[in-house]
Amino acid sequence: MSLFTEIETESKSIWREIESGEKPFIRIGTAMCGIAAGANAVVDEVKSFVSNNNIDATVSEVGCIGICFAEPILDIKIPDGTRLLYGNVNPENVSNIIDGCLLKSDIPKSKLIGSLGKIIEDNDGISDLLQAPIFKLQNKIALRNAGEIDPCDINQYIGRGGYSGLNKALTEMKSEEVLQQVMDSGLRGRGGAFFATGLKWSFLSKSNAKEKYILCNCEEGDPGAFNDKGILESDPHTLVEGIILAGYATNSSNGIVFVRHGHFGPINKIETAISQAYEKGLLGKDILGSGFSFDVDVSLTGESYVAGEETALMDAIEGKRSMPRSKPPFPAAFGVWGKPTNINNVKTLAYIPSIIEKGGEWFKNIGVNKSTGTAIICLSGKINNPGLYEVPLGISIGQVINEIGGGVTGGNKIKLLQTGGPLGGVLGEAGLEINIDFDEMAQAGAILGSGGIIVADETTCAVDLTRVLVAFCQYESCGKCFPCRLGMSQMLETINNIAEYKASEQDLEKCRRIGGAMQAGSLCGHGQLGFNPIRSALQHFKSDFDSHVFEKKCPTGGCESEYHFPVSTKPYGSSNSPNSEPINLVLNGKANQ
Amino acid sequence: MTKISSTLAIEIREVLESLDARKATVLSSLLAIHDELNYLPKEAIEEVAAYFKEVSVNDVWGVATFYTNFRIHAPPTKHQIEVCWGPTCHLMGAGAILGAVQRELNLNGEGDTSDGRVCLKYNTCIGACSQAPVIMVNHKIIGKVTLESAVKVLKELD
Repeated sequence: MSLFTEIETESKSIWREIESGEKPFIRIGTAMCGIAAGANAVVDEVKSFVSNNNIDATVSEVGCIGICFAEPILDIKIPDGTRLLYGNVNPENVSNIIDGCLLKSDIPKSKLIGSLGKIIEDNDGISDLLQAPIFKLQNKIALRNAGEIDPCDINQYIGRGGYSGLNKALTEMKSEEVLQQVMDSGLRGRGGAFFATGLKWSFLSKSNAKEKYILCNCEEGDPGAFNDKGILESDPHTLVEGIILAGYATNSSNGIVFVRHGHFGPINKIETAISQAYEKGLLGKDILGSGFSFDVDVSLTGESYVAGEETALMDAIEGKRSMPRSKPPFPAAFGVWGKPTNINNVKTLAYIPSIIEKGGEWFKNIGVNKSTGTAIICLSGKINNPGLYEVPLGISIGQVINEIGGGVTGGNKIKLLQTGGPLGGVLGEAGLEINIDFDEMAQAGAILGSGGIIVADETTCAVDLTRVLVAFCQYESCGKCFPCRLGMSQMLETINNIAEYKASEQDLEKCRRIGGAMQAGSLCGHGQLGFNPIRSALQHFKSDFDSHVFEKKCPTGGCESEYHFPVSTKPYGSSNSPNSEPINLVLNGKANQ
Repeated sequence: MTKISSTLAIEIREVLESLDARKATVLSSLLAIHDELNYLPKEAIEEVAAYFKEVSVNDVWGVATFYTNFRIHAPPTKHQIEVCWGPTCHLMGAGAILGAVQRELNLNGEGDTSDGRVCLKYNTCIGACSQAPVIMVNHKIIGKVTLESAVKVLKELD
C-alpha cells in the first residue's frame, strides 16, 4: 500500500462517517462574511446548546458557501440525510432550530432557506436549493469544498478527494506531463491579466536554477473582490495542493503565499493548512516518497494596494517598500531574492488540483472559446443576493446579476456596474448583455479583473462613484512613478471640482492628457490604467458629467451627500502618524553607530 | 536613554530574537513588533536597523511609513475603529457613517480622540463587501452597520 493510500483510506472513512453517518452534522459559516454578520455568537450558542442537551453531533466551523447575504448560516444535516440551511440566524434562534430538527423531528420553518440536495418525503414545501438558479447556474471547481468542509481539517479535504491529484502527479506523471495538462486545459491567470498559466509556468520550468519560487498572490486589495480570501478561508488545502503541483510542474523548490497582514481568518487558515500538510508528509522533503521536495511559507505584507502587483509583491516579500520594478528582467529570470520566480493568483492555483485529477481536456470543455473553466464572481452593492459565486465562463453578466444575484434591491433600476477593481472602471446597463468571456469583455471595453462586480442603482450618481474610485487610486498610488503620483492627485482634484460644480469642459480634456502621460510613463497598471475610472464613466454616463459641468446640478443629489476620504502623503510618509515628530534621519551609514 | 525607552528597546529586541533569522525581513520584523506593541516607537526603527546588516535607520523608516497599517511614534489608544470607505461601502452609506463616527468622537478626519482613548482609521477595503457597509472595532468586523448601530457601538466602548 502506498503512503498516500494509507492517508486517503483513513481520511475517507472519517469523512464518510461525518457526512453520511447517523450523527447530525452542524456547519456554521465563519468566513469573513459570516463573522461580519455575527456568526461567532451563533457558534458559541450552538456549541453550548449541543453540550447542554447532550446531543451527539459534529459541529464544524466551515468557510463561505457563497450565499453571503444569508449569513450567519446554520447548516444542519439531520439523521435521515437531509441537509437544511437556515439563514440570517441569531443566537436566539439556535435552540428552536436545533431542538426542532434534532430532538423533535419537526423541522422549524422560520429562518429556513431550503435544503441542499436530497429532500425527505412530505417536505411541506421545503425547496431544494440546488435546483434554484442561485446554485444550479454555478459550477464549483475552485470553490468545490467551500462551505462543505472544515477548512482546518485536512482529513475532510482528503476525504472529499483532496491531494489525490498531487498523488497522481507524483506517482504517475513526469513534471512535463503535469505542465502539459495545465497547458491543455487552457487555464488562464485569474488575477486579471488572463495570461496562459501553462505558458507562464514553462518560462520557469526552463530554468535550471536549484532555488526557484512559486508565489501565490493573495494581496487582494480590490474593493468589491473577496474571492481570494474566500478560498483561503474556505478551502486552504486546495491552494496548498495547487502550489505544490505548480512547484512539481516547474521543478521549483519553494512556495510563498502572500497575504495582507490583519486578515486574521485567511492567514490562520492557510498557516494551519500548511502545517497539516507537513505533518502528513505532503510538504517538505521527499513528498510521498517521490523524491520531490518542496516547502511553502506564508509572507505577510502591510497595507498597500500596489503590493498586489507582481514585481511590487516581490519587493514586499523581501521586506522593502512594495513598489513595482521595471521589466525586463522578468520574474521567471530574476524574481524574488533574485531567483527565478512564477507568480499566480489564488484562484488560478485553486483550479490546478482538479485539472490534474480530471485532466486538462475536462477543464477545457467548461467555458467558451479561449476562456476555459469558470469565473469566481463577487457580487456586492445594491443587489439582493451579494455573495461569492462560481459560474462557467460564457454566462452573461445579466444572468449573474439577475438570476443569481436576485436583481437590484428595492425594485430599483440598475444603472451602473463597477467591475475589475477601481482601475477597471464602470459599465452602463448595456454591460448586462456582455458575456463573461475574457476576450469578449476586453473587446467590449470591460475589465473582469479579479472578479468583483459592484452594482449601483438609479439613485447613484456616476460622478459620485467615480470620485470614490479616483480617491482610492490616488490614495493607493505607491509614489514611485511621478506620472501616477502627481497625475492621480490631479485627477482627484478634477473629479472633486466636477462634483462641486467648479469644473469646466477643459478640465476633462486636461484629465485625458494626464491619463495619456500616466499610461506612457508608469511602470505598473496602477498608473497605466489610472484614467480608466474617469474615462469609462465619461463614456457611459456623459450626461451625469454634463449636468455637473453645465447645469451645476447633481442628477441624483449623491454628490452633495456627506463623504470622507483619507489623504495620502506618499511617498513622503504615512498619514497615519498622529502626533508624529520627525525622526532623526542619517544620511550615511547607520544611525546607531 | 530614559528608563521607559530602554525597557521598550529590550522588549523589541526580544521580539526580534524570537524571529526566524533566515526568513526575517525589515517588513516582517516591523509587523512582528507592531503586533506586540500596537505601534512603532522610535526604538523599533532603530532596533530593526541594528538587527539587519546593511540596513540603515532611513531604510527602516522608509518601509514603516510606506505601509498605512503602521502606527508610528504615538502609543496605541485603548480602542481602534476602522471604517471602510471603499466603493461598495460608499454605495451602501459609508460616507454618512464616517461623518457620524467623527462627530461622535469629535474628530475631523483620521486620528486619535483628544482624550487619547479611541483612534479612528479609514480602511480602503476590509474584505467583507457582501456585508457592506462594514466597520471594524478593535479588529472585530461588524457588517451591515447603520448610523445608529455605529454610534451605539462607540457609546458602548469603555
